[in-house]
Amino acid sequence: MNSFGNAFAWLFAPEQWSGPSGIPARVLEHLGYTALAVLLGLVIALPIGMVIGHSGKGGFLVGAVNALRAIPELGLLILLVLLMGIGLLPVTLALVVLAIPPLLAGTYSGIRNVDRSVVDAARGMGMKEGRILMRVELPNALPLILGGLRAATLQVLATATIAAYVSLGGLGRFVIDGLYLRDFAQTLGGTIVIAVVALALEGLLILLQRLVVSRGLRRNPTRRRDRTVRPVEIAVETA
Amino acid sequence: MIEFRDVTKQYPDGTVAVDKLNLTVEAGTITVFVGPSGCGKTTSLRMVNRMIEATSGTILIDGKDIRDSEPALLRRGMGYVIQQAGLFPHRTVLDNVATVPLLSGWDKRKARARAAELLETVGLPAEMGRRYPVQLSGGQQQRVGVARALAADPPILLMDEPFSAVDPVVREDLQNELLRLQGELDKTIVFVTHDIDEAVRIGEKVAVFRKGGVLAQYGTPADVLRYPADEFVAGFVGRDRGYRGLSFLESSGISVDRVETAKLGKPRAETVADWVLVLDSDGHPCGWLPPGTSVDGSLTREPLVAGGSLYTTGTSLRGALDAALSSPASRGVVVDEDGKYVGVITARQVLDLIEGHPQAVSKT
Repeated sequence: MNSFGNAFAWLFAPEQWSGPSGIPARVLEHLGYTALAVLLGLVIALPIGMVIGHSGKGGFLVGAVNALRAIPELGLLILLVLLMGIGLLPVTLALVVLAIPPLLAGTYSGIRNVDRSVVDAARGMGMKEGRILMRVELPNALPLILGGLRAATLQVLATATIAAYVSLGGLGRFVIDGLYLRDFAQTLGGTIVIAVVALALEGLLILLQRLVVSRGLRRNPTRRRDRTVRPVEIAVETA
Repeated sequence: MIEFRDVTKQYPDGTVAVDKLNLTVEAGTITVFVGPSGCGKTTSLRMVNRMIEATSGTILIDGKDIRDSEPALLRRGMGYVIQQAGLFPHRTVLDNVATVPLLSGWDKRKARARAAELLETVGLPAEMGRRYPVQLSGGQQQRVGVARALAADPPILLMDEPFSAVDPVVREDLQNELLRLQGELDKTIVFVTHDIDEAVRIGEKVAVFRKGGVLAQYGTPADVLRYPADEFVAGFVGRDRGYRGLSFLESSGISVDRVETAKLGKPRAETVADWVLVLDSDGHPCGWLPPGTSVDGSLTREPLVAGGSLYTTGTSLRGALDAALSSPASRGVVVDEDGKYVGVITARQVLDLIEGHPQAVSKT
């Protein structure tokens, strides 16, 4: 309890809330690393996953890429830094490697799981392959793609802490500096901030999912004003 | 008109799905491809819109080789209905129906207006257009599937086991609806099913396929039932094909008997000795009064026994036999086109009539 007390004391001290090494600045840096890695991951994984999912060819790649998850992240980062020198690039690359497997798996399985009869109907009505992919498969795959995006984002956000290990910023600064200085209030305080940011981001992504996924794909897409015509449902809900 | 000329589909592993198919589907008719699974009926259908490419042979539509058209454009000119309906789950019912018009470059408002019109055509309320497919029953989804196929008013409709996944009662509704629609629209329809009953019910022509993709017989349903081309077709159309064949015998010259009738609401005071048929004030049959019933006062519906099916004059003998066999009084009630009582008929009379028909029952 005492250490939490100290952590909160550290958290709410006014000096943490301003300046280039204050919490707001570090949160922005941290989100920046995360966004960069996730976006790059999306740029790579989304088209590949869509093509593999649509064509059904190359599914083995998804499994192979999944094996990337087994790479120790810190080891990879140090290797990349040794190769490239200190900078944003090795950190971003290390995080992208982390982001790709869930994004690829989500996209691939999302597209693959679209009811084959739906795709058959689309083709039989005269849609061309590109249109089938973009207008039929992609919208129906969104729940799983966004699931992959959430997993990737959370994992990258948590792991972006290691940027501080190679002298960059982000919320990892508090954790790592705290460890060096044996200032555990700072370490714990930084950890709490990371957790709060992660939860907030997760909430935002769930909101995004609500906005972009078609109501027809939800378990219960009934609109409130449609309820009157479905008395059974009302009975079930009130029971 | 759709012509198959020596059409063969062979897969790389050597399996022959369709073997030298020669067949002409007349314009404006419903032609049913029927056969056991693996007989090539679905493959034959899917070659028409190039969902499957024929290995050899030619398919002509109104004399034009389908290979001369780009597949996507060819398909937009043919309605396509499949077993699971295949509606787009992420789009509203209305937008589902508007798919092909939108693909063909109609503006959105016009496409949606057309879609709303089509929902009514297939017997769904226009408000249903706002719903999503997941909110519809299987039968409703199939209706939407048909509406979607009709949206761009294509001359040809390809239907691949469209009603196989719904329960029998709904299936019969959908079949009737299709026949009604066809009466209005006059499309060239190719319909695939594994159900011989469905085939003879809705087909004007029936093509029976056997395993290995060979066309075993092609003709009217009555011919297929009465004169099966070989053992396979005879076995496939089944043992009760004679009874099914009755559907195609019309009752010209059927003579009806009279039976004692009573009017609903009229006062009576007696115990009836034999079955009495009760009519309402317009002459429509309401039911039978069983022997031994005592009536005192005005005749109500209460003591009535429900009648069997009614037989309308001029329709097939199968209906006459049904009426006679299902009637509690052993006499089928015959009505005219307005549903008014004409007379009664016994199963014996129907059978005599059938025996008088030389082609009624074929040799086994």
